[in-house]
Amino acid sequence: MKRPFSYKLNIFLFLLPALILFIGVLIAPIILSGYYSLTEWNGLKTPVFIGLANYRELFTSRSINIMRALKNAMLLALLSTCIQLPFALWLALKLSKHVKGERAYLSIYFMPVLISTVVIGQLWLKIYNPDYGVLNLCLRGMGLDNLAQIWLGNKKTALWAAFVPILWQYVGYHMLLMYAGIKGVPPELNEAAMLDGCTESQVNRYIIIPYIKPILRVSVIFAVTGSLKSFDLIYVLTNGGPNHATEVPSTLMINLLFLRNRYGMGSTIAVMLIVLCFAFAILINMIFKEEKGR
Amino acid sequence: MSKNKAYIAPDGKRPLTARQTFVYAVLILWAAISLFPVYWMLTFSLKNNAEIFGENVIGLPKYWVWENYSRALHTGDMPRYFLNSVIVAVSTILITLTASVMATYAMTRLQWKGSKTMNKFFMLGLTIPIHASIVPLYTTLSRLKMLNSYWALIIPYSAFSLAMGILICIGFMGDIPYDLDEAAFIDGCGVWGIFLRIIAPLMTPAVATVGIYTFLQCWNELMFANVFISKDALKTLPVGVQALSGQYTTDWGPIGAALSLATIPTLIVYVFLSKRIQDSFIAGAVKG
Repeated sequence: MKRPFSYKLNIFLFLLPALILFIGVLIAPIILSGYYSLTEWNGLKTPVFIGLANYRELFTSRSINIMRALKNAMLLALLSTCIQLPFALWLALKLSKHVKGERAYLSIYFMPVLISTVVIGQLWLKIYNPDYGVLNLCLRGMGLDNLAQIWLGNKKTALWAAFVPILWQYVGYHMLLMYAGIKGVPPELNEAAMLDGCTESQVNRYIIIPYIKPILRVSVIFAVTGSLKSFDLIYVLTNGGPNHATEVPSTLMINLLFLRNRYGMGSTIAVMLIVLCFAFAILINMIFKEEKGR
Repeated sequence: MSKNKAYIAPDGKRPLTARQTFVYAVLILWAAISLFPVYWMLTFSLKNNAEIFGENVIGLPKYWVWENYSRALHTGDMPRYFLNSVIVAVSTILITLTASVMATYAMTRLQWKGSKTMNKFFMLGLTIPIHASIVPLYTTLSRLKMLNSYWALIIPYSAFSLAMGILICIGFMGDIPYDLDEAAFIDGCGVWGIFLRIIAPLMTPAVATVGIYTFLQCWNELMFANVFISKDALKTLPVGVQALSGQYTTDWGPIGAALSLATIPTLIVYVFLSKRIQDSFIAGAVKG
């Protein structure tokens, strides 16, 4: 049936607020960032066009050392997909099987997602505190004095110590998505499989997990792109230190921009991040599609 | 103890198998790990230094030092940060809602050729990281002398919440039957009349979902808030709390109180609206 109204001016007026916001704050700045990334600019004078020199410097400069930051981000992405997501899936699978107090567990697991990352960072700073932190007190209490560390100040442990809260905070988020997906599996499917004599783990493997694949895909994309973009908790916990051991692309970008006033180079990192995020999203989509085809 | 109850099988009689016991043990352990930082924050916010630093690290406070809270309120500018966060969050929600309900109406209820393409265009916003616009926004805002103003946060936050807002609104608007539009049209309503009198009032469920999602995004946002605002009087809670914690590194009690003050409102809202809040996160991700 044809809807009776189609006035062009009205359509435009209805779209106008969204378009202004979207183009003004997202689309135009991306294009500008692309241009700035090709310039040398301290934010005051006019930008000087220097072609791809920033990109060349970014990947060769030892003082910026983008490779270390990327390696750290990729390690986080790897930990996130290989430890955090499987654990979240395990929790979701167990919780959806009519565990007593299902809703309470769900709500507790999801709670850290809602708390400000600054608060979480400050709390973990105190948990890791070398003298009075809970972690070292526990270790000393168990007589493991030699394991007590300056967790965030030691180059060897800082990176892992900074990653733990990030992984901890978002387990509940992924669990919630997967749980919602599992609850959407038609009960007849489960019942039929059970009648055919499938065990619980077979049902999980052959019915539930294939069914919630679209959600697993979203979770993997969020985990990987989120790791590439990670900023808040690293900024609060170590700000890239000690001696750049925990640097990630976002902390590098902010430091180049606002400590060294290198707006061109900062934009170069921003553009690299956008490209990487899109590339990984497409790659993950392709991997999941291929699985489907089989 | 309610904790022990979980070890009894759901039917109340049969004891649990070893595997089930293991499952419950992990579930309870993870619940404890999830709750611990917040529990610890709330308890040490009420302790004196002697208890925090040795006598009583993990237990409930022996002497309830409420003074920590009054100190947190007076030494820093916590009430101010709080107010700033509220102003920014509420304005962002209003702008996001208005823009996304209007755009959704144009894309799903009015008939025109490019509506599908336009929708895809807006959905790009779901994948664009905020890093993409930080430099241009910073330089533009500084040229317009708009750094250190509420708008410096409200406008970017609204723009970045827009895609999710539209996504959620499309779902809800699809549930409103077209017969209503047609009946109103026959009764002489124009496009705007239908929008204001029929559609907008029926969109209240979407208002809650979009509102909650947007609220949490901007209440906790750190990068923009940190870069665009340097004046103390305009800082939002995350930046303010971060600054406070840097100043009082040895006085954990008042810092704990400040952290708790920043967290308690979210927790209270969560206790009452946990299902709604979870649904708004699911709505965002599952369709994206």
